[in-house]
Amino acid sequence: MKKKDTFKLANLKLKSRLIVGTGKYRNFLEASKAIKESGADMVTVAVRRVNILDKKKPTLMDYVDPKKINYLPNTAGCFNSEDALRTLRLAREMGGWKTVKLEVLANKRNLFPDMIETIKSTKVLVEEGFRVLVYCSDDPIQAKKLEDVGASAIMPLASPIGSGLGIQNKINISIIIKNSKVPVIIDAGIGTASDATIAMELGCDGVLINSAIAKAKNPILMARSFKNAVISGREAFLAGRMKKNFLGNPSSPLAGLI
Amino acid sequence: MAKIQLNGRNFKIVQKLTIKQLLSKHKLNENRIAIELNGSILPKSKFKKTFLKNKDKVEIVHFIGGG
Repeated sequence: MKKKDTFKLANLKLKSRLIVGTGKYRNFLEASKAIKESGADMVTVAVRRVNILDKKKPTLMDYVDPKKINYLPNTAGCFNSEDALRTLRLAREMGGWKTVKLEVLANKRNLFPDMIETIKSTKVLVEEGFRVLVYCSDDPIQAKKLEDVGASAIMPLASPIGSGLGIQNKINISIIIKNSKVPVIIDAGIGTASDATIAMELGCDGVLINSAIAKAKNPILMARSFKNAVISGREAFLAGRMKKNFLGNPSSPLAGLI
Repeated sequence: MAKIQLNGRNFKIVQKLTIKQLLSKHKLNENRIAIELNGSILPKSKFKKTFLKNKDKVEIVHFIGGG
């Protein structure tokens, strides 16, 4: 009997290796339907000011119930350590969220992370008792430094956030996976289902998708496609792929050939 | 009357208004928000007994969709 393949992430045991974002959808109803179809049991959420002027405006929690799915508060839009720490401390105060996603950005054009500020922030958050999943560059040295300061998961980008360019540096991602004792989750840049499959085949523990689902023509169908892609890639990884050959090798036996 | 800044906007409030009263005035559920008062996080346990003062800066945040 096959051993159950559960995904241990920080203090959680997840059924799905697909984590999805809740941003960029046309509306909350579409977001909630896509999340359901994706089978994800964790979603990222952002922290922002409440709309004081429009009291009747619907909120995310009306559509995506934090009692039914794990919220992963993030620091999207933060460009320094101070803002990122402030955001996550507020998230914790909101209702005890201690498993969080840290991202400290360096550049508004490509949204690459500022790794110096990121490592500094991770250290502070770990000391404060947070379990920190960290968005990072695909640099194996920086990824290892994050693990050393106590990151609960390493989340390298595949390509710039929201670009849909897929995995640009498979070699680096493979080295990060090989070096890492904590889960490695591809965080940004996935464009379509096959990109997620490739990430999982490389041995990633999970993938985080937002734009590729939310910006698809049919986000709900794309959510299902990603669910299947992640399962497929994971199973291919566990199954162990055949060796690559540079020459042809017939699939039918030559013996008995007429 | 006191003047406060709430989420970056100026508001006039009646004297002796607590944070809890401010939330109910804006129909906000305290389980879904967090508050920063003059740059420091205000624990939920203090909402009832904290009165707003003139020139206070209040930030009320919640979760929204994000990646």
